[in-house]
This record gives sequence, structure tokens and C-alpha cells, in this order.
Amino acid sequence: MGQPHVDAMEVDSSRNVRDSTTDYMQVDELPAPEQNKPADVFSPEYLRLYYSRLFPYSDMCKWLSYGNDGKHPGCDSSYLNRREFSFTLDHDIYVRYVSFRNASEMESSIRDRCPYKIDIGAVYNVDPAKRTAYASSGSEKVFAPVERELVFDVDMTDYDDIRFCCTGADICLKCWPLMTIAIKVLDTALREDFGFEHILWVYSGRRGVHCWVCDVKARRLTNEQRAAVAEYFRVYKGNENNTKKVSLGGSAMHPSLLRAYVEVLRPFFEDQILSNQGLLQFEERYGKLLDMIQDDGIVAQAQDRWQSSRRSSETDVSVARWKQLKNLLESGKHKGSGLRRCVEEIIFSYTYPRVDFEVSKHMNHLLKAPFCVHPKTGRICVPIDAEECDRFDPTAVPTVADVCITSFIYLNAVL
Amino acid sequence: MDFRVASTRRLSSGGSDAHSRLSFYLTAPTLEVSLEEFEQYALDRLRVLKGLEEALSRGRRSEELEALVIDLWRKYMRTSNGSDLNKDIISHFVLRLVYCRSDELRKWFLSMESSLFRNRFHSEAPDDQKRFLEDNELPYKAISTSDFESIKDKLVQVARSLNQPSPNADSTFYKVPFEEVPELVAGRKVYIHKGQAYVPSTQLTFLVAGQFRSKLSKALVLTYRKWMSVISEEESDRLAPIVEALSSRYLGPDYSQGKIKSEVALQDMDDLAKTSFPLCMRHLFFKLREEHHLKHGGRQQLGLFLKGVGLKLEDALAFWRSEFGQKMGVERFDKEYAYNIRHNYGKEGKRTDYTPFSCNKIILSTPGVGDHHGCPYRHFSEENLRAALGSMHLGVRIVDEILEKVRNRHYQVACSLTFEATHGSQTIGINHPNQYFEQSRKILQPKVPQELANDNTETTTAS
Repeated sequence: MGQPHVDAMEVDSSRNVRDSTTDYMQVDELPAPEQNKPADVFSPEYLRLYYSRLFPYSDMCKWLSYGNDGKHPGCDSSYLNRREFSFTLDHDIYVRYVSFRNASEMESSIRDRCPYKIDIGAVYNVDPAKRTAYASSGSEKVFAPVERELVFDVDMTDYDDIRFCCTGADICLKCWPLMTIAIKVLDTALREDFGFEHILWVYSGRRGVHCWVCDVKARRLTNEQRAAVAEYFRVYKGNENNTKKVSLGGSAMHPSLLRAYVEVLRPFFEDQILSNQGLLQFEERYGKLLDMIQDDGIVAQAQDRWQSSRRSSETDVSVARWKQLKNLLESGKHKGSGLRRCVEEIIFSYTYPRVDFEVSKHMNHLLKAPFCVHPKTGRICVPIDAEECDRFDPTAVPTVADVCITSFIYLNAVL
Repeated sequence: MDFRVASTRRLSSGGSDAHSRLSFYLTAPTLEVSLEEFEQYALDRLRVLKGLEEALSRGRRSEELEALVIDLWRKYMRTSNGSDLNKDIISHFVLRLVYCRSDELRKWFLSMESSLFRNRFHSEAPDDQKRFLEDNELPYKAISTSDFESIKDKLVQVARSLNQPSPNADSTFYKVPFEEVPELVAGRKVYIHKGQAYVPSTQLTFLVAGQFRSKLSKALVLTYRKWMSVISEEESDRLAPIVEALSSRYLGPDYSQGKIKSEVALQDMDDLAKTSFPLCMRHLFFKLREEHHLKHGGRQQLGLFLKGVGLKLEDALAFWRSEFGQKMGVERFDKEYAYNIRHNYGKEGKRTDYTPFSCNKIILSTPGVGDHHGCPYRHFSEENLRAALGSMHLGVRIVDEILEKVRNRHYQVACSLTFEATHGSQTIGINHPNQYFEQSRKILQPKVPQELANDNTETTTAS
């Protein structure tokens, strides 16, 4: 077993000498809870325990080897070693071009450095740790990425302009459905439209989800092709400098958008989002929505009606007003094509997935690995089953403290 | 691929020649050509490409572009002795040598040649297009009638979503892996199912243009390696000087650090922003002052512009730190943002000296939620643009004129009008925000050393 390959630029020479020969059958000591302090969800000690007992090294390596860890002659034993990882250590020290030959090297490296975050990058043509030998121009072999999963990052902060239940880093069960929508729409499109089959969804630990498309065809896409796929999913274009951000031109919708609308967007909008977010409850909120309507007459009618009406219970108001608005728009359709797609455009604006374009476009983009622990929330970046994503509850995801305590109790009970 | 020396070429379709007059430029020509022709052919082709670039940045529609390309080609690429095809091929390969030598040059050349090819191909008659497909053995399969019937409603939907006529039984569709047509996929202009794109024959151009682009992209990198390892040595007395001259002569000012002669002081920034920044940078600058933050796209666009204006690295760091520090504290700024600023100045990582964005690049960018970069003439709603122009104290009539230009997608002309209205004088076309700034300084601060006044008068517009 050789040394794990790590970049020479790492610092932190003041590592404590640890006893690295802990017998596997012993139970590590659980950190004693401090007096007068609420139970932490995260601590370096919990993280160390997690890495020593629970982090799934062999599953991770088996996944990322894509069969190259087998014995038959077609296997490329250098494959895993050519994958770049990166570590974010304590005190924000960032180490790139980390690589491992196998799961036990990965394990000793991670247990040794105890990174707060582990990212997965691309598979290169050579071991990233040896890249400087190829960096000079003019040599025949240039250090370059060869393969990389097609990835997507959906982050709740990109929806801040349309959610009113929380802001910033917080999420709750009222806005989480936006992520559920993203998973459903993207997963279906990736399978039906693009023909991909091996898709992994992962909770990002705080306020979003990541998607890893692992088919061979996906891993071999160029940057331009990745950008095209990301662009295919871009419907919402704009920011506070323009008011109309969704433009569904034409007399019909693209089949992919229509499927998303009928199967996911409209039901979620009308059954959940409207009332969760109270979209039409207050003027500050419905004003934004009305801005998307190009007909001053209809906007005025809606405003008149709503400003003067007495508010009934929270959940009813938005739903009832939406019905009214749809009727107004329906009766105004004859006036011109500007209103034809208005209902759809509004719904798309408030629900269609907003993907981070830059993450998907670049083959060498480093994305957080599944099963990392988020240092601020303590939550584990668990996989999400796309077929059951309606039932996923981000507020119930186990934290590193939870799993450590549970495994401690279990191991104590067993022994 | 051998090609005959074309002695008589008929321009109309159905000519007697068996080969298409378009080319993928797969292999270098084995003809003899004089050094004068070598240079002259290249210059003529460059005029065509520059003319095309200008039209693209003015947002010209595809019909206009095709007509323009035919015009430009007729003007510059015809020969007196009927060897048009030779001139085409030779000039392309010479320019490959010129434009293979850096990432930015390659990107530009690839973009322009692809656009040129696309327009030329699209304007060919269908029979000529088929001939090209055959000559180059392209593997696009037409789908059967039964396949067509099974997906017909989806194909109709796509056509209607693009306001195009619906396909019927006579239309031919090709089944192509989606990877081959990234542009169509990106724009949702095609029906895809299980990884296959169903491309109508009218979109054939995209298929073929995609092939052209990817072949040229690979070839350029190979040419670069060959140049660096073999050719530039061997040709140091003969071809190399011509190639060097061609590239530096026609790129115009790119405002990279080596060329900046003036400096800008930090305390002058607010005044300069009010008087001499183009609207895109004004907006970013004052948003930064207001919110003490900008997202990545805005930091890049404004940061590189300021570098081009003459802001030194230390001053830039102080400037961004003083703004961001107000919102997030100086430590966090130093930790998370300072690195990127130094990277932009070529002091980190692979030490590329990034050049400030041209209007073309800014117009083509796509600002999203929370972004403030891009070209206001393109990306702002009419209302917001009106307000922004109003805050520059422009009268209603001139604002109307500017908005008229914007409606016709002449974004850079609109910017020039703004310049004229705020400076009270004419300007040549605006192609680059730093050009706007320099023109402005020239007018508002006439006591300038002679070398600066004479410099930068040539622009990137074609003659």
C-alpha cells in the first residue's frame, strides 16, 4: 500500500501525531457532551469518527471505477488513479489534484487529513499528482480531462426572488417542493429526451440537490455538449433589470416543456406552491406576478379586486385569486398573442428548474462528493431516490452527530 | 482529398462539375503559390471574416448575413483566372497558421470560419448541398415513413413552438445523435428522444456546420503543435514574418496590459464612472457601490474593464476590498475573492493575461438572477433602459432614438448614440467598452501626450 498522492502545496505542519493503529474492533470514545451547550450537529471529533467508521470508501471507489477495478483484461487499472479529488481542510486550506489508487488509500488519506469537504473532479489522461510533467506546451501530451460525469447543481438561492417562506441559507418544507420539482423534471427529461439511464441524485447538505449522470455517453461529452444540455433546461432568463423572464414563444410548447408543465409544474403550482408561498396574498408578492402580464386592463382589474377584498384564511386567498386571474386572462385571450401563454409563463417562472449553468458546462468543475458532511448543518449529503423524491424531507436528514451517536449506541449494544 | 484546379466554375447550381465548391478543408493543398499570393489571399479572406464579424455584432438576421456573405465573397474572393476554389482553400490554410497560435485567436477563427461556412452552405441549392454530403460521406440517416408517423405530433409541436410551418409527409427528417447538434439542442429547436435528435432537412446546415466546426477545432490544435515544433523554425525567414504581420496588423487594439499607457487613480473612479464609462460599466459600478457586492459575471466584466482602463492590481484589490469589505468583512474578501482578482491580472494559476471583454462578447452573454452584467441595450427591459438613460440626463427625444435602435437590435449603435449625446460629438462605431472610455477621455481631457492621441485610431471594423 503506497502513500496517497497529494499535492505538495498543502500546509499545516502542526498535525498532531495520532495513534493510527486503532484496533478495528475497539469502539472509539464518544466526545463528551459539553456542559450548558446544546447538542452540536457537527464537530471535528464527530467528523473523525464518521470517517473512521461510516464513510463508504469502497462503495465510492467501486462507483468511480466503473468496472475498471475488476480482473479481466479490458480493465484499466490506472483509471481510478487518474481521477482528481480535492479536499477543503480546516481553516479553509484547499488542496487540489488529490488522487488515490484504491479504496484503502482513499481511506487513509481522508482519515489522516479529515477534510471538511471532499470534491470530485474529472478523470484526466494522467494521474493528476503527476500533471506537472505534462504542463509545458510543445510536448506531445498535454494534461487534460478525459471523462467526467454530466452534473447539475440546483441551489435554492437561485429561487430567492420567488420564495417568501425563508431567505438565504434557510430552507423549509414550504420551499423544498421547488427542489422536488427540479428532480422530477430533470430526471424525466434526462431519461426520456437524452436517453440517459444511470442517474444519481444527492442532497447537497443544506439547500439544494446535485445530479450525477454516469452513463458512458454522458462522461464523454465535451464542454460544448454539456453547455448545450444545460441550455436545453434554461427557461428562466433574466434578473431584476427586466420584468419578463420567461418567453414561451410560438403557438405550441416544445414537447419537453409541455410534459414538464402537465405532469409536474402545473399540479405543484396549483396544489402546493400557491398556498405554501402565499403568492397572491400580499401586494408585495402579487405585484411581481402581475408584472408579467402585458395587459394593463387585466392587471388593473386584478389589483382593484384584491386590494379591496377582505382576507380569508391564508391558504384560501392565493388559490382563489389564482382562479380569478386565470378567468380574467382567459377572457382576454382574444386581444392578442401577448396573453396566450401568460398562465404558462407565470407558472414556469415560479416553478421550472433553475440549474447552475457554469457547474454543468465545464468538464473539470469540482463538485462535492456524496456522503460528505456539511460543516454548517452537520447534515450528511445523502442520495435521494428520484422515484420517491416527494417523500424526501431535508429537515429529517441525519446529521453526523446523529449517525455517530446511533452507531455508538448500536456498537455498544452489540458488544 | 485531391481537388482539381478549377478552370471554369459555373456559379449557378446544376453546373457541370461533379464536386461541390465548398470544402471541409481537410488536407492542406499541394499547389504552388507565390509569396505575394500567399499574403494577398490571406488578407482578402481576412476582410471577409472581419466584415462578417461586424455584421454579427450588430445583430444582423440570418437572411441579411447570407446576402452579406455572398457579397463579401464576390468582392474579395473571386479570381480573374477562375481559380476561386484554390484561393478559397489556400487562404483558409494560411489563416490557420496565423490564428492557431493562441486560445483566443483559435476561438475567434473557429467562430468566424464556422459562421462563414454555415452561411455559404445554407445559401447553396439543395442539390448542391446533397452533393456536398456525398462528397464528404456524411452519415445522416433519413427516417422511414412509419417512424415519422409515430412521432409526427411531437415534430409538429416543435415546429409550432418555433413559429415554423408544420412538417408533412413530404418533409425529410434525419435521425442524429443529439451530441452532433448542440446548437439545436441548446435552443430547444429540435425534438429529441432517447438521445436521438430528429432534424428536418431544412436544418441540415446545422448538422453540416457542426461537423465543420468540430473538424476545424481539432485541426487548429494540431496546426498549432506543428507550428510550434516544426514550421516556425523552418520558416523563420520566409513564412513566419508574414504570419506574424498578418495577426498583429488586423487585431486592432485589444486593451491588454502591455498596451495601456495611461494610469487611473482610485480617487478619480467615481467621476470617471459618471462621465466616461459606457452604460454597461456604469451600471455595474454603481450597483457595486450600492450593494457592496457583484456576482461573478459582473466582477469579470467590470474588473477586466478597469484593468484595461489602467487600474493597477494593488489599486484594484484596494477598490474591491473597500466595497466588498463593507458587506462581508475584509478577511472574507481576502480569503474568497482576492485570488480571483490576482488571477485576472495574470498573477495566479496559469498566468493568462485576460483581456477585457469586447462588445460582441458582452452582448452575447446571458445574465441571470442576481446578475448585473451584460449589455443594457440588449438585456434591460425598455422601461429600465429608459430610466437608466434618463439618469444620464439625456433628453426624451434622444432616448426615443436610442430605443428605436435597440428595437432593431443595433445595440452598439445605440451605445454610440449615447456617447454622442453625452459628449456632444460624433464617434466612430463602438466595438469595445474600453474604446468608449478612451474616446471619452480624449474629448474630456484634451491635454494628452501626442503618442496617445495618435494611437488606437484604427478599429476592428472592416473597410
